[in-house]
Amino acid sequence: MRRRATPSRTPLLPVLLGLSFLLLASLLGGVGLGAAGLGWAEVLWYLWAGLTGGTVHADDVAAYTIVWEIRLPRVVLGAVVGAGLAAVGVAVQAMVRNALADPFVLGISSGAAVGANAVILLGAFASLGVWALSVSAFASALAAMALVYAVARSPHGLTPLRLILTGTALAYGFEAVTTVMVFGAARGEAARSAMMWLLGSLGGATWAQVPLVAVTVAAGWVWLRLRAEPLNALAMGDETSSALGVRPARLRRDLFLVTAAVTGTVVAVSGAVGFVGLMVPHVVRMLVGADHRRVLAVAPLAGAVLLVWADVLSRLLLAPAELPVGVITAVVGVPAFLLLMRRGGYAFGGR
Amino acid sequence: MRLDIEGVTVEAAKTRLVEDIRLTVDSGTFVGLVGPNGSGKSTLLRCVYRALRPAGGAVRLDGDDVHALDPRAAARSLAALPQESSAEFDFTVAEVVAMGRLPHRGRTAAHDRAVCADAMARTGVAHLAERGFLALSGGEKQRVLIARALAQQPRVLVLDEPTNHLDIAHQLDVLSLVRASGLTVLAALHDLNLAAAHCGLLYVIDGGRVVASGPPHDVLQPALLAEVFGVRAHPVRHPGTGAVQLLFDLLP
Repeated sequence: MRRRATPSRTPLLPVLLGLSFLLLASLLGGVGLGAAGLGWAEVLWYLWAGLTGGTVHADDVAAYTIVWEIRLPRVVLGAVVGAGLAAVGVAVQAMVRNALADPFVLGISSGAAVGANAVILLGAFASLGVWALSVSAFASALAAMALVYAVARSPHGLTPLRLILTGTALAYGFEAVTTVMVFGAARGEAARSAMMWLLGSLGGATWAQVPLVAVTVAAGWVWLRLRAEPLNALAMGDETSSALGVRPARLRRDLFLVTAAVTGTVVAVSGAVGFVGLMVPHVVRMLVGADHRRVLAVAPLAGAVLLVWADVLSRLLLAPAELPVGVITAVVGVPAFLLLMRRGGYAFGGR
Repeated sequence: MRLDIEGVTVEAAKTRLVEDIRLTVDSGTFVGLVGPNGSGKSTLLRCVYRALRPAGGAVRLDGDDVHALDPRAAARSLAALPQESSAEFDFTVAEVVAMGRLPHRGRTAAHDRAVCADAMARTGVAHLAERGFLALSGGEKQRVLIARALAQQPRVLVLDEPTNHLDIAHQLDVLSLVRASGLTVLAALHDLNLAAAHCGLLYVIDGGRVVASGPPHDVLQPALLAEVFGVRAHPVRHPGTGAVQLLFDLLP
């Protein structure tokens, strides 16, 4: 691929303002659009009532519940999940110095899938009630993280290739376990739910899930943004990092723990929504360049916008049935991504 | 700033890559490391710029052990051009040079910009600022990396074969740039004539040990070169400048 000698560097402030506005519009759009066929005026009124604590007429309670208890948490959660996946994708690509990496390359999501499917298919942890799925997914994500870390460690710390190979190999193992559970399950409907989870869905979103995920994603993002410059050095190479006063082994270990924790939390509520964490970092780099100070400022917003709209489409395309949101991110994302890639002179991992 | 390497030893998989190396680079001098491939030059330099912690011995900057210093404090005194090239991320030249500011504290954007602009002007890469680093030629890349090292405002510069893959004009160009910086320099070099022309002092390394050291023309004697590099060397006087050059054949 020919590369333009001058990579594109769009000024940051207009991009940030534009994306913030777009995100706000997307949140509104996400709440307004849906299978229930509520009018915009109604939706806005319920939102206003919800925000200000206004009163809702008894006849409208069902519609109000749809807006305030079903659509809004789902849209907000979608934004948070998209932001988290995008930020983690940026960090993981720098951590393993590989343009093909995404949040799932470390095997965390495949580990989470084992826990989630144990609940969906085998009814494990039934005593936890509605929390069983998230708790079990998160717990098994943590177990996967510990396993990947233990296997990938070497006397030289976590080296990029070892991390990718370990993550990928263990992911195959976890997926095998999940597959056995899916095929072993007696009920066809359960297998469908399992599939839904594996491809990612925000269908189970409730307000109760939002705070924990939002805080984790925000904390993870702040931590990463504070390390934007060391991430630049790490992207240039371990020796360069050392010469610039960054300890690559230590930074990579910390990055592994932070990205794995955020991935585990996000995946626990949404399943493995693919493509956001791979594509958004690249699209953002095409737009604002490779400097992580800029990429990490823009990527979460872009990821949030993408996932909110992908979720809207997943609800509407086959309404009243739902598609897994991961299918939409791929269907919408792949052509857009390929188009951008062909048009721009963007370098994917060198020449 | 003075650089002392005191008895540095590096072990990997029970073999000694570097064994009890002692050398000194006086403030403001240019010292060269020469030796065959695999002799331990790069390993030794990696200990100096803290990519590797030696099993024994110490690397001192004006008496302070670099491995005991805070990493960023060490990076404020010592910059390096390692021999690695990652090509995953398309940074611009300006962004690569700006990375040199990372170890500094209490920075302001304006001061950083001024330091980077100065570094780029000194190395003649200011016109490349908005270009992608990956699209540059080998010679341009080395100039940019030197600019990054200068933006670090160090007092010691460590170079690991900085002239690799460069044509002859760029080799001379890179070394004169480094010399013009006035920093204390320790460089591993492959080209013995180039090393002799630019270094005040040479250390010859073979099998992880220093086997000779001194002014270039005292050190680069045919007997030593035959033993260390396995080549026959003929000293010849340059007809124009009078400088001694070496011509090489394989040993019979």
